[in-house]
Amino acid sequence: MTPLALHPHSEAELGEMIRAAQGPVSLRGGGTRGVAYGPGTVLETAGLSGISLYEPGALTLVAAAGTPLAEVEAVLSAQGQRLAFEAPDLRRALQRQGVSTLGGVVATNASGPRRVQTGAARDHLIGVRFVDGMGSVVKSGGRVMKNVTGLDLVKLMAGSHGTLGVITQVAFKLQAVPECAVTLQTQVPLSAGLALLRRALGSPFEVSGAAYGTFGAALRVEGMQASVRYRVASLKALLGGDWVETAGDALWVGVRDAQGLDDGALWRVSCKPTAAEGVVAALAGVAHQAIFDWGGGLIWIAVQGLGDAGAALIRGAVAGVGHATLMRGTCAAAFAPEAAGVAALSRALRAQFDPKGILNAGIMG
Amino acid sequence: MDMPLPDQRILHARDGLIARLRGVLPADAVIADPAETRAYECDALAAYRCAPLAVVLPRSTAEVSAVLRLCSQMGVKVVPRGAGTSLAGGSFPTADCVVLGVARMNAVIETDYDNRFIRVQTGRTNLAVTGAVEADGWFYAPDPSSQVACAIAGNIAMNSGGAHCLKYGVTTNNLLGVTIVLMSGEVVEIGGPWSDAPGLDLLGVICGSEGQLGVVTEAYLRILPKPEGARPVLMGFAANEVAGACVADIIRAGLLPVAIEFMDRPCIRACEDFAKAGYPDCEALLIVEVEGSPAEIDAQLARIKDIALRHNPVAYRESGSEEESRKIWLGRKSAFGAMGNIADYMCLDGTIPVSELPYVLRRIAEMSAAVGLSVANVFHAGDGNMHPLILYNANKPGDLELCEALGADILKLCVEVGGCLTGEHGVGVEKRDLMTVQFNSADLEAQLRVKDVFDPAWLLNPAKVFPLDVTASRRAS
Repeated sequence: MTPLALHPHSEAELGEMIRAAQGPVSLRGGGTRGVAYGPGTVLETAGLSGISLYEPGALTLVAAAGTPLAEVEAVLSAQGQRLAFEAPDLRRALQRQGVSTLGGVVATNASGPRRVQTGAARDHLIGVRFVDGMGSVVKSGGRVMKNVTGLDLVKLMAGSHGTLGVITQVAFKLQAVPECAVTLQTQVPLSAGLALLRRALGSPFEVSGAAYGTFGAALRVEGMQASVRYRVASLKALLGGDWVETAGDALWVGVRDAQGLDDGALWRVSCKPTAAEGVVAALAGVAHQAIFDWGGGLIWIAVQGLGDAGAALIRGAVAGVGHATLMRGTCAAAFAPEAAGVAALSRALRAQFDPKGILNAGIMG
Repeated sequence: MDMPLPDQRILHARDGLIARLRGVLPADAVIADPAETRAYECDALAAYRCAPLAVVLPRSTAEVSAVLRLCSQMGVKVVPRGAGTSLAGGSFPTADCVVLGVARMNAVIETDYDNRFIRVQTGRTNLAVTGAVEADGWFYAPDPSSQVACAIAGNIAMNSGGAHCLKYGVTTNNLLGVTIVLMSGEVVEIGGPWSDAPGLDLLGVICGSEGQLGVVTEAYLRILPKPEGARPVLMGFAANEVAGACVADIIRAGLLPVAIEFMDRPCIRACEDFAKAGYPDCEALLIVEVEGSPAEIDAQLARIKDIALRHNPVAYRESGSEEESRKIWLGRKSAFGAMGNIADYMCLDGTIPVSELPYVLRRIAEMSAAVGLSVANVFHAGDGNMHPLILYNANKPGDLELCEALGADILKLCVEVGGCLTGEHGVGVEKRDLMTVQFNSADLEAQLRVKDVFDPAWLLNPAKVFPLDVTASRRAS
């Protein structure tokens, strides 16, 4: 029999639930993007919802962790602002349903194409509140952009996948939506395409997207109208070749959400950009599709027909130059195995924050 | 400011400790002569001084590891030190500690433009990181005022910012990986020239940990292509409130200057007397800098001018040349020197929500008037990071205490309005005892648990960051 799900409606109630927990608790926001969920009673944070502070003049937003991402995006959009890190919508790629929450975005450090310019979710997260594995409420950071007071648990919580605590509130710094965005595309082979992306990222022309896929090589330039015109022209001159200009963000939404990689196992590979081609070359002879983001620093790979979802091949190819997480499919460990020293520190941290070992237990090793 | 009494057992074991340090390090890497250790008795928080038991200056990660392993075995405390420029006493020694300085480890290990990173030993100065890549058109973005002298090790320990972090972020946003030596001597590699951690973001909690978790000996840093150009504009206003409103409007308009610096009247006066930068006589002054090609700069400055003119500036001066840019920055960059010329000063570092700027400046004026000390304000207005400078006379009995009390009250005010105690300098010993203003016991306990993991015996930089009574049982065990 499936245990009843827990739906706290306040931080205090959540604390009570964790203190009272007799066994493991399987944490999720909206269940749309988790790499894995632990065993036990399901706990959903949707009941912890609402924006508590939004100051457009200070580019600051504070909201409860269960607040839907879409609700926040709509409120920001009405003021011409946004979360700059472009959290992906992975529902189709991961065959999930549900409503993505801010807490889930933070817990998975979900970041899209603009990361090459402005950083990941963790770089925009300025404060966090959470309930640890003993039911204590802890806060770190706050609502200001520069804050080095005490150890930075904000960063530690970002990408902790619910293994250190249940995030209850998050604070973000925001970005004004620029008045203009242009995408440049050119059809070139992979190796040349990736080299163009790296060259563009190494230029002073402030590229906010650098991807390669079935669409060829693509670059995005955003900002004030005149500045975008200038940088687009400068990039074309620098890179040579034939570039087509397009408006709209459909291409970037596709890259962000790993669209079109629907078959087989799905991997998310972080690597040194120059290593990207070699990682995918290791799959020669195996049916696969790939999208390269972040100038090659991120590769989404769908692999078909391999018993361990391709773990041995892909992790072998990325050893020493990055790491690979299995997002869809089955292998021995979805999260990349860590070096012994790092693994020991991570294990000890989880034991400190969750001594009963109940929060999304075992998913990260 | 209290520090724990030195451990007599360690003081008595001094000679044996030094002999064993000499056994694992080259002769010139161990400093034990009291005449020489005195050079390490303080950092840039010079009000507090205490010579350490010994100083070691290793040249490699392996030597750092050997020192930490030895000190760990002998139960000796270690205070890590970059270049000793901390304003918070981050590398302030105790009499029973070994200071571990990384200054001799300053090599560039690898530069990779294709993958946009540089790997350095952390004793390298901030400016020398940029120095290694700027001929090729690149730079390292975080730019603390002390960048000529400060080391990357200290930048990582304090998560240092700078004037240009409004656009480029602070150290943590530009750090890709580290080699860290734990107190046990174990060497751990965290991160690397790729994005994201495979598991928990250990790098995120190591950056800004003020030497509590380990000694970072090597780092992968993000480097960026240099912008084509930069140009500042200077504007004067009749009131702090008006300048504050102008800042909010610039941010609200979606313009992203690389820097927005704010100076109030006492600071403008002092800088003008000292540096003769030609600043206007006004209540508040903003320096706003934008980057890009000449045409992009013109376009951005046109928008900024539109906004500024709506606030009736008493002065508006766009730089038209390198020389004029230099002059606009001259006063701001010499602010601390100018203050030092007038009096002794204490530099605060709280951050506030930018919307609270006018209120906080008014309260600071009232509070300083009430105790009879002058306060000059200079700060990074775009992100609310304030640097009130409290002027006092070190030779006047009681003045330092009065100044420290006012400083504490101003920082409490920062927390009260939704801000924090320190935006970029760190807690160190200076703000250690104020931590309970910002954090409750559960918040602090969570931080202490992180230290328990990395340094279970509490030997690394103890008696810093956290109030002494909060850590007493851990330090004693």
